[in-house]
Amino acid sequence: MNRRTLLSGAAALALTPALHARAQSGKTKIVFWHAMTAALNEEVNRLATAFNASQSQYEVQPVFKGTYAETLTAAIAAYRAGQAPNLVQVFEVGTGTMLAAGAAVKPAWQLIQETGADIKAESYIPAVRGYYSLADGRMASVPFNSSTAVMWINQDAFEKAGLDPAKAPTTYDEVTHAAEALKAKAAADFPISSGWFSWIHLEEYAALHNIAFASEGDGFSGLNAVLEVNKPDFVKQLQRFLDWQKAGLFKYGGRDSAGDTIFLSGQAAIGFNSSGIRGDLIKSAKFKWSNAFLPYDPAIIKQPINSIIGGASLWTMTTPTRPVEEYKATAAFLAFLAQPRNAADWHQHTGYVPVTLAGYEQSKTDGFYAKNAGTELPIQQLTRGSVTQNSRGLRLGRLPEIRNIIYEEVEKALQGQQTAQAALDSATTRGNRVLREFEKSVHT
Amino acid sequence: MRRTIFPGWLLPAALVLPQLALTVVFFLLPAGEAVWSSLTRTDPFGLSSVFVGIDNFNDLFADPLYVETILRTIGFVAAVCVISMGTALLLAVMVEGVVRGRGIYRTMLIWPYAVAPAVAGVIWLFLLHPQIGLLGRWLNHNLGWDYSLNGTQAMLLVILASAWKQVSYNFIFFVAGLQSVPRTVTEAARMDGAHGFYRFRTITLPLLMPTVFFLIVVNVVYAAFDTFGAIWALTQGGPGKATETMLVKVYRDGVINLDLGSSSAQSVVLMVGVIVLTAVQFRFMGKRGK
Amino acid sequence: MNRALTHGIIILGVLLFALPLWMILAGSTQDPGAIARGDLSLIPHWSGLHVYIDVLSSGGAGAQPVWRMLLVSFGMALTIAVGKIVISVLSAYAVTFFRFPFRMVAFWVIFITLMLPPEVRIIPTYDVIAGFGMINTFGGLTVPLMASATATLLFRQVFLVIPDELMEAARMDGAGPWRFLRDILLPVSAGNIAALFVILFVFGWNQYLWPLLVATDPKLDTIVIGIVKMIGVETQVEWNRVMAVAVLALLPPVAVVLLMQRWFVAGLTEGEK
Repeated sequence: MNRRTLLSGAAALALTPALHARAQSGKTKIVFWHAMTAALNEEVNRLATAFNASQSQYEVQPVFKGTYAETLTAAIAAYRAGQAPNLVQVFEVGTGTMLAAGAAVKPAWQLIQETGADIKAESYIPAVRGYYSLADGRMASVPFNSSTAVMWINQDAFEKAGLDPAKAPTTYDEVTHAAEALKAKAAADFPISSGWFSWIHLEEYAALHNIAFASEGDGFSGLNAVLEVNKPDFVKQLQRFLDWQKAGLFKYGGRDSAGDTIFLSGQAAIGFNSSGIRGDLIKSAKFKWSNAFLPYDPAIIKQPINSIIGGASLWTMTTPTRPVEEYKATAAFLAFLAQPRNAADWHQHTGYVPVTLAGYEQSKTDGFYAKNAGTELPIQQLTRGSVTQNSRGLRLGRLPEIRNIIYEEVEKALQGQQTAQAALDSATTRGNRVLREFEKSVHT
Repeated sequence: MRRTIFPGWLLPAALVLPQLALTVVFFLLPAGEAVWSSLTRTDPFGLSSVFVGIDNFNDLFADPLYVETILRTIGFVAAVCVISMGTALLLAVMVEGVVRGRGIYRTMLIWPYAVAPAVAGVIWLFLLHPQIGLLGRWLNHNLGWDYSLNGTQAMLLVILASAWKQVSYNFIFFVAGLQSVPRTVTEAARMDGAHGFYRFRTITLPLLMPTVFFLIVVNVVYAAFDTFGAIWALTQGGPGKATETMLVKVYRDGVINLDLGSSSAQSVVLMVGVIVLTAVQFRFMGKRGK
Repeated sequence: MNRALTHGIIILGVLLFALPLWMILAGSTQDPGAIARGDLSLIPHWSGLHVYIDVLSSGGAGAQPVWRMLLVSFGMALTIAVGKIVISVLSAYAVTFFRFPFRMVAFWVIFITLMLPPEVRIIPTYDVIAGFGMINTFGGLTVPLMASATATLLFRQVFLVIPDELMEAARMDGAGPWRFLRDILLPVSAGNIAALFVILFVFGWNQYLWPLLVATDPKLDTIVIGIVKMIGVETQVEWNRVMAVAVLALLPPVAVVLLMQRWFVAGLTEGEK
């Protein structure tokens, strides 16, 4: 091959336009980047198709962009090149980053105001909405897929240990007693296992017990927040797991969802995991299971309040030349998702909790909870009591890194390399350094 | 140094041009941007950025945990290179030494390379996870295998997983390298009565040196840069920081944490490290060549 | 060395490397629930083979048809592999057989590209591609991946050991630079080109992050993106289908390996040294 054909070949390649379907008949076309895989991906496509069929002005195209982190990176790269998508799905721990994104995003309250779209902040479940709102209550992004953490029970193991599976332990002491009984009867390989250690045992724990995870109302009222996870209540919590582990009651299974496999495979009797593993259990578990509220510590609170969410929300992004019609289309799609029927279907088909109150009511009317025992429990846990400044969620920049630091320090404690107090002191110091870096980067 | 060369400089300049153009546009410009952003504090969206000099580097090296990560990375890279190249060389020499089944053996040893990294992570999980892994469960029962809280085992796991992936790569180039060792030379040595390992060390290995050198460079780069996927899928750098390599930290700070200043600074450190290392190798190999 | 021992070691190696692959092959025919809870068996269930017909006809989860994604991947891998080899041979040829100003500078500029982690290049490279209007094009997918320091380094290593006598003889015969390249250098490097082609084809085939970023048109989805889409997070995964698609995704690279085997002809350089 000679150079001339090579070069012209390369040039021809470079200039080949993709077979990109241009919008026909003057429809306004918007792009929605998401991180939904497998059955969730199909459900997103189904919703988009339904929206496109429901009216003739707008057309939404959902595009899979990898994991949450990859989707966000893709959106940032695209924004910097002036090609941001109209709508992007961002995980809850990226909320702090997106709020600091200034002109790159159009906050939901502003989008609603400008387009007059039929989206009401009050229609979203408070504990869900809170995570994505400003301190004054204005909504910054629109809730989409949410789950919460629950305590899963392996009923077979409970029966084997002579425990009543219908009476799940409610306090930590009861959990300890149950675990001891399970161990005594060798009813399971591991009495207790857990995924998502930081989310479930520190973040959810703080919300449930109405104690602060960080200052400044968990970061909602200022970037100058500092972590408070080395306070006695948290040390007591970590110490509990260290004691459980020492007594052979607790098995650490790894970070994030890596810890889920122990419960899913039937080797643990009690599993602290996301409410979202329900689908996996239906499909693969060879034992009877149920879920229960996360336990609480009566020495800290008599009546535990709402838990917080995990999951993601939808952010509207901008480009310098984006026409107003596209924002209208975006708002129309968001309003479509919030319609009771659609919100209820999304909840029922995916296993996420409903994000709107109307979607919850619709599901009750449908008889969904009567037919699917246990599916209402996560919602009840999310909606009990009233949301306080400690149970809105976390508004901390670089939260993924803070979680990572917590994992590292907790793992070192579980390995016996340091005490609970030392682990959480170190996590606090290192985490605060991350918070200060973030504060500087967005203030300059 | 080559004695005989073709004259003229216009033709060679034109020959390197396509490569150079791509390199400048897609590598040097981005690299320049990375170096620049290592000297700034910037938000991910590029809305504001402040020149901070070498602050990012000072912060890095003031952190004893980062220095530990550098040392850990060096050990990891060395282990991956030695294991993957050693295994590949052994297998390549053996396969080329047999007559029957050579083609089948070659194919069987090359095709694992084709497994997509996205799938490889899943494979390792189903194979070695202490609770659900095919081998992992057995190891867990008999040898106390559990990498979720055992740092040494976790390191061993990511080294083996990373090396495994690269053996096929090395194997294929060793096979190609062995092909270009003239049969006449080895035949002559055989006639002279040189045996087995001695023949390999004195005849084959020196003739393989260009390949070995190429593979050392490639494997160092692979172990430093491309093993991230396997580590992320298996341990995410844990437990503690037991399996955190420099690139795991670059990925975490850059892609997940969106701290572009620090992750660019880390990339520059990594880049300089690998450049120095290869420059040393070039010198060393150049001297040996003479 | 003992012949039986040699075969024994090789077979051990083959097993070690084939086991994980056998696992996906066997897994693809089994019940996804059993796989998820860790009850995967190494014995395939023949009755589960219909999963292949299933994925070929209906595709992955919300993805393009499998055959289409295979086609995109094949085009991408082939373009990248051929492109890389051609430009690398030319540049390695230039730096080893010619003297020109800034020769070593050019080599090092190319070489240093090896040393830059892709993770930090992503955002700036995306900028460049966007500037050229190449987002969502086949060119944007492939061209940025064509510059290869690895290939240039390999050819330089191979060319360096070509004896001077060979070249002198060629020049005596009146061969110009092109004929020397075509008639001497390329045949001599055939084994290495074959090896490199396999490696680069697989490299292109397995690209994930770059196609994910640069293409938003589902028509440009590669098979690897298709697989990742099927591996569910926060939802149940149909592991048998994932594994079946993974097996199908292996076929083209394996075919390339088999094809390239023909180039690995022993003693190609016999008598030339």
